[in-house]
Amino acid sequence: MSDDTSLNLTRRQFLGTSSALAGLAIAPGVFLTKVAHAGDTEAATDKNRWGMLIDTSKCATGCNECVTACNKENGISGTHGPATDAQWIRKVTLTDKQTGYVQSLPLMCQHCANPPCVDVCPTGASMKRADGIVLVDKHICIGCRYCMMACPYKARSFIHEVLEEQKAVAPRGKGTVESCTMCVQRVDANRGEADKSKHVDPACVEACNASGHKAMWFGDLKDPDSEIATELKKHGGQQLRADLQLNTGVRYQGIT
Amino acid sequence: MQKPRYLELEGRSAGYYLLLVILGCFIAAGLAAFIYMEHEGHWVTRMNNQIVWGTPHVFAVFLIVAASGALNIASISSVFGRAIYKPLAPLSALLAMALLAGGLAILVLDLGRPERVVIAMTKYNFKSIFAWNMILYNGFFAIVLVYLWMMMERRFNKYSKVAGFFAFIWRLTLTTGTGSIFGFLVAREAYDAAILAPMFIVMSFAYGLAIFNIIVVAAYGWTQRDLGPAMLMKLRRLLGIFIAAALYFVVVYHLTNLYITQRHGIESFILLGTGEDIYMKVFWIGQILVGGVIPLLLVYAPRLQCRASLVLASVLVILGGLSQMYVTIIGGQAYPLEIFPGKTVTSSFSDGIINAYSPSLPEVMLGLAGVAIAFFLVVFAIKVLRILPQSLADRDVDPHYIAEKQTA
Amino acid sequence: MMQNSRLLQSLLTMAVLALWASITVAEVTGPTIPKAKEMANPDTKCIKPVEDMRKNHMHYLLHQRDETLREGIREEKFKGESLKECIGCHNAPAKDGKVARVSEREHFCNACHSYAAVKIDCFDCHADKPANTEYRHPLGGAIKTSQTGFDSKQLLNQPTLDPVAAKEDKKP
Repeated sequence: MSDDTSLNLTRRQFLGTSSALAGLAIAPGVFLTKVAHAGDTEAATDKNRWGMLIDTSKCATGCNECVTACNKENGISGTHGPATDAQWIRKVTLTDKQTGYVQSLPLMCQHCANPPCVDVCPTGASMKRADGIVLVDKHICIGCRYCMMACPYKARSFIHEVLEEQKAVAPRGKGTVESCTMCVQRVDANRGEADKSKHVDPACVEACNASGHKAMWFGDLKDPDSEIATELKKHGGQQLRADLQLNTGVRYQGIT
Repeated sequence: MQKPRYLELEGRSAGYYLLLVILGCFIAAGLAAFIYMEHEGHWVTRMNNQIVWGTPHVFAVFLIVAASGALNIASISSVFGRAIYKPLAPLSALLAMALLAGGLAILVLDLGRPERVVIAMTKYNFKSIFAWNMILYNGFFAIVLVYLWMMMERRFNKYSKVAGFFAFIWRLTLTTGTGSIFGFLVAREAYDAAILAPMFIVMSFAYGLAIFNIIVVAAYGWTQRDLGPAMLMKLRRLLGIFIAAALYFVVVYHLTNLYITQRHGIESFILLGTGEDIYMKVFWIGQILVGGVIPLLLVYAPRLQCRASLVLASVLVILGGLSQMYVTIIGGQAYPLEIFPGKTVTSSFSDGIINAYSPSLPEVMLGLAGVAIAFFLVVFAIKVLRILPQSLADRDVDPHYIAEKQTA
Repeated sequence: MMQNSRLLQSLLTMAVLALWASITVAEVTGPTIPKAKEMANPDTKCIKPVEDMRKNHMHYLLHQRDETLREGIREEKFKGESLKECIGCHNAPAKDGKVARVSEREHFCNACHSYAAVKIDCFDCHADKPANTEYRHPLGGAIKTSQTGFDSKQLLNQPTLDPVAAKEDKKP
């Protein structure tokens, strides 16, 4: 490490000339060009509870934009057929047995406040973040699939084969269980962004809005001023399998 | 009645080695299936995102349940003081450990990440009944091992009763835990019932004893050791009681579900069937007829009081037990989740339909390997350890035998 | 006498073994570690001193992974101690756009791990190449001070960017 002298000199040089304009001017395109946002240096807290609201009356039968967007964002693609392929979000068509009324809605992990998948997981791989997002810690998931037995919404998928070309934002691989993360990578990026107008929705919500249906809201259920909380307060929203009292983070309107 | 004398098998016959080789082949086949599944991923099985626990779990849970049941003979002698069973107590403890080892081997080898099984021992979520079961399984090995040691070491014989008592409590807890794996599942209508825990305990009595009977008859028949009618009669009657008790729990379980309107769907699926699925047949023919009614007849019919009928009844109880596990585990998952009551549901993810499943070869191979592991351990252990009493003739085991002679 | 000759025998054997071992060791060449894209910190070269990273990278990664996954604390706090950042800088595409895959010797992680025969399962799930090929370590992380007035080209022109490269450079 004798070469360090020159490096240290260089360092001293630039330290000496550095101004108070910390981190603003950067040698273009060569070195350290990414400006850090500081927000996600702090842990997610229970000051927030991230949730979704879905207005089924606006959800179009046959529209699959949310599913496509989720697959693209998280790098999910078909491999060995529908029986074993992962589905983080799916479109479900309901037909009332009495009235024949048909409606459509997206179904994914409901991000319960009291998630059965977390209760049953032997290793604690199935976990809920402080801000209410239910995730699988694939580092300690042993692939026993007990969470899949326990989930009332069939929200989880097991990876049945070797995967390649995963997205950097969504690590996923053979032998572990996974489900909707509410695009946690986006949620964390939002946390680091003070300007709320720059916040991004999860991929499904973003796509639903972009398609013009605007059937999905994403936001903080604990923030009374958030769009989702206001809408829930005004028009209400129901939980799926409300009888189980899991206090889901995803709510629905218009299931009749 | 004398103190039982235990003797190793000679174990040099061609038959003995042939048996080991056959069992070894099943184990090798199972390991090959494991390597294949592990290398390719689970898509090569017929398990999928709807039927997440398949044939390996049918075998595994059956063996784990039977393991605690196999300890029965030892418990009856140590805890309930029935002297006639005492000579067979060590074999009972050995079989219990062997069956548990076989069952756990399947469970571990079927994991998505079997190489991480150690995580299941180092990271516990104490709210998970699965995590509790890891402790119960490991504890079972430890306690039964100590119990076996107390029984086999003359100096420690006096502690065997205490050890036997602990083992008895532990095995009841263990099967409560196994039943609760399903009993604690709120999501699915076939499960979510407290009765599953005691039902599994009673079933464990029958399954464990059935395997035990077969091993006793085979071991004594093949080695030309004496096995008297008194012992056979005891085993026969015990099996009959356990089969009847298991049937009783099945009736109560289904009656309760039939009373609850919400559960009419799953009940009609299991009891009446859809015409396309096999679960109704597996239930009525496999679990009830083959696993219950016919063995009861074989056990109690006065004209059938022979060794062959006991063995046949035991074999049928095992087949019935596997059928029961198939209906409980796979049938319970095949029935769709009721997320939207009153709605017909369709989706790309098999919502609202009966989930299709049929066992694949690797799954069956893995399951059979678990059974083979259990039998291999027993066959090997009775050669190297003094587990089997030299004789189970009436004069050696039946306390009343001598009493009768004296009074005569 | 018998014992003495045995002692002699074993001593001789040991000596031969030691000689053979030293020759073998001498012949073995270290792994060829691909160069990083650039230095994260002129002081330490990598985000921490290279020796530290070589010895302790797994601990940093392990610590970071739990906090990121379970608490949502992302890379900034960790001064680049995330797998994504390692890959972003150390396994960047070559000039022809080709990126080494983890199955190849040229992959930064695999270069050492295959040499040391230490199997890692990180890339069963994680991407083995950068999502953003223009990736740079974040400011305020690796180096907390400003880069204003600093000519990074001067740094890049140093022949001592990579410690391995540096050693190679010294060879005649």
